[in-house]
Amino acid sequence: MSNRRKVQLQCPMPKLDFDVITLGHGSGGILTNQLLDKGVFDLLKNEILDQRHDGAFLEFDGRVAFTTDSFVVSPIFFPGGNIGDLAIHGTVNDLAMCGATPKYLSLSFIIEEGLKMTEFWEVLYAIKDACEQSGVQIVTGDTKVVERGKGDKLFINTTGIGELHPKADISVANIKVGDKIIVSDQIATHGIAIMSIRKGLEFETTIKSDTRYLNYIVEDLLDNFDSDVHLLKDPTRGGMATVLTEIARDTGLGIDIDQKELPIDDQVKGACEILGLDPLYVANEGIFICVVSADKADECVNLLHKHEHCTHAVIVGEVVDEHLRQVVLTSAIGGRRVVNMLVGEQLPRIC
Amino acid sequence: MKFLTEYRDPEVAKQYLEEIKKVVTRPWTIMEVCGGQTHSLVKNGILELLPEQINMVHGPGCPVCVTPLNLIDKAIYLAEEKNVILCSFGDMLRVPGSKRSLLEAKANGADIRILYSPLEAVKIARENPDREVVFFAVGFETTAPANALSVIHAHRFGLTNYSILASHVLVPPAIEAVMEDDESSIQGFLAAGHVCAIMGIMEYYPLVERFNVPVVVTGFEPIDLLQGILMTVRQLEKGEAKVENQYTRIVLEEGNMNAQDIIYTVFEVTDRLWRGMEIIPMSGYQVKSEYAAYDANQKYDIDIEEAPENEECIAGEIMKGIRKPIDCQHFGKKCKPENPIGAPMVSSEGACAAYYHFSGAIHKIEEQLS
Repeated sequence: MSNRRKVQLQCPMPKLDFDVITLGHGSGGILTNQLLDKGVFDLLKNEILDQRHDGAFLEFDGRVAFTTDSFVVSPIFFPGGNIGDLAIHGTVNDLAMCGATPKYLSLSFIIEEGLKMTEFWEVLYAIKDACEQSGVQIVTGDTKVVERGKGDKLFINTTGIGELHPKADISVANIKVGDKIIVSDQIATHGIAIMSIRKGLEFETTIKSDTRYLNYIVEDLLDNFDSDVHLLKDPTRGGMATVLTEIARDTGLGIDIDQKELPIDDQVKGACEILGLDPLYVANEGIFICVVSADKADECVNLLHKHEHCTHAVIVGEVVDEHLRQVVLTSAIGGRRVVNMLVGEQLPRIC
Repeated sequence: MKFLTEYRDPEVAKQYLEEIKKVVTRPWTIMEVCGGQTHSLVKNGILELLPEQINMVHGPGCPVCVTPLNLIDKAIYLAEEKNVILCSFGDMLRVPGSKRSLLEAKANGADIRILYSPLEAVKIARENPDREVVFFAVGFETTAPANALSVIHAHRFGLTNYSILASHVLVPPAIEAVMEDDESSIQGFLAAGHVCAIMGIMEYYPLVERFNVPVVVTGFEPIDLLQGILMTVRQLEKGEAKVENQYTRIVLEEGNMNAQDIIYTVFEVTDRLWRGMEIIPMSGYQVKSEYAAYDANQKYDIDIEEAPENEECIAGEIMKGIRKPIDCQHFGKKCKPENPIGAPMVSSEGACAAYYHFSGAIHKIEEQLS
């Protein structure tokens, strides 16, 4: 797989006596310690983790946000990332969506025996990178190994804590009629990148996952627009449609969106057409939806445009006092239809 | 995006709509044969934009919906009891069998894989010489060439562990069945563009002559559909009945001869049971005897009982365009995509699913219920 991240020379894999992970590495004995000493602890080194206690001791001023997420993506390596950076970005972004500055994460692995050490190292390296870039520390964790056939190479759980931004007031209750809905960048990229390499569905493309941390962008947004930012959501599983229908349901208000405003990469759009998928329901990783006061919406978009990964930020819709609890999309040709929540999983169609 | 945006142009759409409004003088009932067309009509909000006189009804063109219950049971039986790797297109998986769907069988441990191309299934068979691989070959004439090609490839590779469970259906006999139904009120057809891309349009001349109805071969984008509707309405208003081709950028008069050659190498025409309807004479393909080794129906001793259809589902009437999904008493209540009574509520091409997902009217029904 040519577009996979290469383990870089400045951080070579340590010399180990084993090249695959076995059940013994999850036993808590010598093998576990070898794996942790030469791998996890060394690479993710920080003062709190170095204490190697049963848990981490943390100090905070004021309110904190707390979140958890499990990552079971298959395959674990995909164009644009792997399960490692995905697991960090996912939890970092969930905290950011609460209006918090992510600080500390826990990291738990459930490894299927037989995972190659080189692959595990590559994942660890991606974790280290993602932590450094997003400014979080891994402060506690766990490693378990399950028998072959009982897992799918590697599952990761991360739990995170962050300090709330002093100016943040993120709540569905703040949303009012007239608010604008902004999407921070192109949609459906991650889901299609994963789909493009899934066994049996492979197709040739240069689409890469947009997995990335969003905390600094959100921080900038809150620094400038504080309580005018009413809601932040990252439309991961279930895509944009799911997030928007949730907002309509929770506020009791209606939402209008305009199909021609939806930012979608041409390749992603093409793949969706071929596979018969609706981009509104395809998973995202590196984007967010924000609901903001109408009079600040354009300024918000301008600010987002200054960030490298928000160049396609755009107002896609608004909160309205009609068709309550419903999302209504105006199609490219001007027709209108309801957008519902996804049922089950989107499956490629026959013809 | 080239070949897409120009067929979704709001200005062009507006012009077609105005032209349709200008031409239409009285009510007409037109059937869009293909489920893909139904979805495009509702997804793009076209039904709302059309003048009231035009009543669009969906046809039987949903391969998933018309695949017989018994065949889904057979597929599940093969996956569960014969330990085969069962490969299928994605949207067959949620369709309810008599006891469970393929998706539920998969959750119970059966080796069921979603593929985009049957040639992938041949690849799986080559990679797993010690396992039997069966491809669930459903669909209209559109998917038949690729499914037939998989058999030809398997034969060429000398594979003995690959076969297809074929349930191919054909469009022209279905149109005939619709027109022969006494309750049918269809006055014109939008024929399925992709089917005609393979088969051409010659098959429709005898139908037009026999039933005196306009047939317009139509594509799937909003502008295609609006143009197809306009062409049909023009014929109806003038009292004409002829075959016209709206989808000229894809469909040739004679179709794709190479694809047809491949189909007739592997398949022959046979009578076929349509789910929710009846056995329609000469309305499907079966694997020819010289390729019997690749026909799962002949290869395996499939010992299952014929299960009765769920009588609460009116899929047959819906697929013949006699009733609409919202006419069904269970629509949106007992029957929803997450808990379907019948196939049209499940498939991405299914008429009930289309109406449920995209139509604003549904919400009103739900509001009345809550």
